[in-house]
Amino acid sequence: MGQLSVDLCGIRLDNPVIPASGTFGYGYEYAELYDINELGTFSFKGTTREPRFGNPTPRIAECTAGMINAVGLQNPGVDKVIAEELPRLAGCFHKPVMANVSGFSVEDYAYTCEKLDKEAQVGWLEVNVSCPNVHGGGMSFGTSPEAAAEVTRAVKAVTTKPVIIKLSPNVTDIVAIAKACEEAGADGISLINTMLGMRIDLRTRRPVIANKMGGFSGPAIFPVAVRMVYQVASAVSIPVIGMGGVSTAEDVVEMMLAGATAVEVGAANLVDPYASRNIVRDLPAVMARHGIERLEDIIGGARKDG
Amino acid sequence: MKQSLFTIKENTPLTDSVMKMVLQGDTSAITGPGQFVNIQLDGLYLRRPISVCDCVGDTLTLLYKIVGKGTGQMAAMAAGTMLDVLTGLGNGYDISAAGERPLLIGGGVGVPPLYMLARLLREQGKAVSVILGFNTASEVFYEEAFRALGCEVQVATVDGSRGAKGFVTDAMAGLDYTYFYTCGPEPMLKAVYRQAATAGEFSFEERMGCGFGACMGCSCKTVTGYKRICKDGPVLKKEEILWDN
Repeated sequence: MGQLSVDLCGIRLDNPVIPASGTFGYGYEYAELYDINELGTFSFKGTTREPRFGNPTPRIAECTAGMINAVGLQNPGVDKVIAEELPRLAGCFHKPVMANVSGFSVEDYAYTCEKLDKEAQVGWLEVNVSCPNVHGGGMSFGTSPEAAAEVTRAVKAVTTKPVIIKLSPNVTDIVAIAKACEEAGADGISLINTMLGMRIDLRTRRPVIANKMGGFSGPAIFPVAVRMVYQVASAVSIPVIGMGGVSTAEDVVEMMLAGATAVEVGAANLVDPYASRNIVRDLPAVMARHGIERLEDIIGGARKDG
Repeated sequence: MKQSLFTIKENTPLTDSVMKMVLQGDTSAITGPGQFVNIQLDGLYLRRPISVCDCVGDTLTLLYKIVGKGTGQMAAMAAGTMLDVLTGLGNGYDISAAGERPLLIGGGVGVPPLYMLARLLREQGKAVSVILGFNTASEVFYEEAFRALGCEVQVATVDGSRGAKGFVTDAMAGLDYTYFYTCGPEPMLKAVYRQAATAGEFSFEERMGCGFGACMGCSCKTVTGYKRICKDGPVLKKEEILWDN
């Protein structure tokens, strides 16, 4: 059997499969179904300084080969996450977990990250500068290289653990933003967050989603994600986590060939709660079929010719 | 929660738009009335949540209205077809709160989850009253099924073409009941909320992503904090409800 293990910013993962933030809660819904310790790690629900209810409903719209969500960062706030969710998470998951953080100001990001950085089980901080579903925050920090770099510097100044900046695809030049984050001290880049999308109900002639627009995810966006991961991984020397429509073990291998060190699985978890575990279990056979001994050896393999 | 394959044993129309699907499979995750299942369908990304009408042994009965692509696809399925189903979703009705004379109020496609509830309440010897509300006579279903359980059944239609003319709340007036359970369109739920003389429980509907509490797609505000309709609901107690959020 081939080796699935990869190194992500100095922490060994048993395998590169990571359920993405917002699709896996704090893990325990899935732990009812299977041992989530089979996963490399997971990125828990996006956490903010203050509690947030998020957007009005409907928050969900179906699309061909995907879905749109406009949840709007619903979460109980960092203090309650630390007091209530992390102890519960520790009951079912025994590896370093990825803490996903969002904010509405540079100070918000630093405040929340500093608190989560002190939690023993947090292995990495994934800083979301790319949420399309909140106004005056989230994505606005990820649409300019300067703002993304400012958030990166502020978080790095108050934390000790690897900081991974999660980028939005809803930009003109994602490479410039990734490079700005790297220069500001980021330890890794994860991409892509959801693409801004919209559906309209023919009967009501109104947007399906109450917030009108939302984040489009699912297999439909996979080729866009592969392209952006390839571009960013070619331009930076820090590890890249690839995500966007990943649904199979083959998708994981493809993302790694594009340059991803690890791979997040998002919407697929919502339609098949076993999706991430099944990808882990399918990986050895897919590796064998394609002559892959060590997954780590194929990272960026598609870039070798130039 | 459990994911497993079910076999369609029966899939027949009850009215022009409401179908009855009987499935056979592992129902062990279904713990009580008022829960729902989430069905995967070919070519559609999200699963389709459908309330459990009844569950006895390995037999699961679903009544569903044909409203769109998913339910349209389900309606065309033949007996023998296999379906990937997530079962045991949602909290369901609290049967222990019923008292001796519970009242069940269903509107349209909100009627199905009340059937299993009525059956279990009757098995406990409760005097169960049921009000079934529809728009018109051709939409009425399961009136006899509830009668066969020994329930006191009243039908109300908006146009008066069957039973009493009017809304379910008209039929509630003057009834003596110890507790109530309801499911139906939101305007009906609001009217029941205003009219109800006792404590009770409401089953809600919302567009869902996952159906098992992971995505926060179907959250609502309640008196006791934020709740996920799929996981903390779909049944909420009357005293928890905040309307219009």
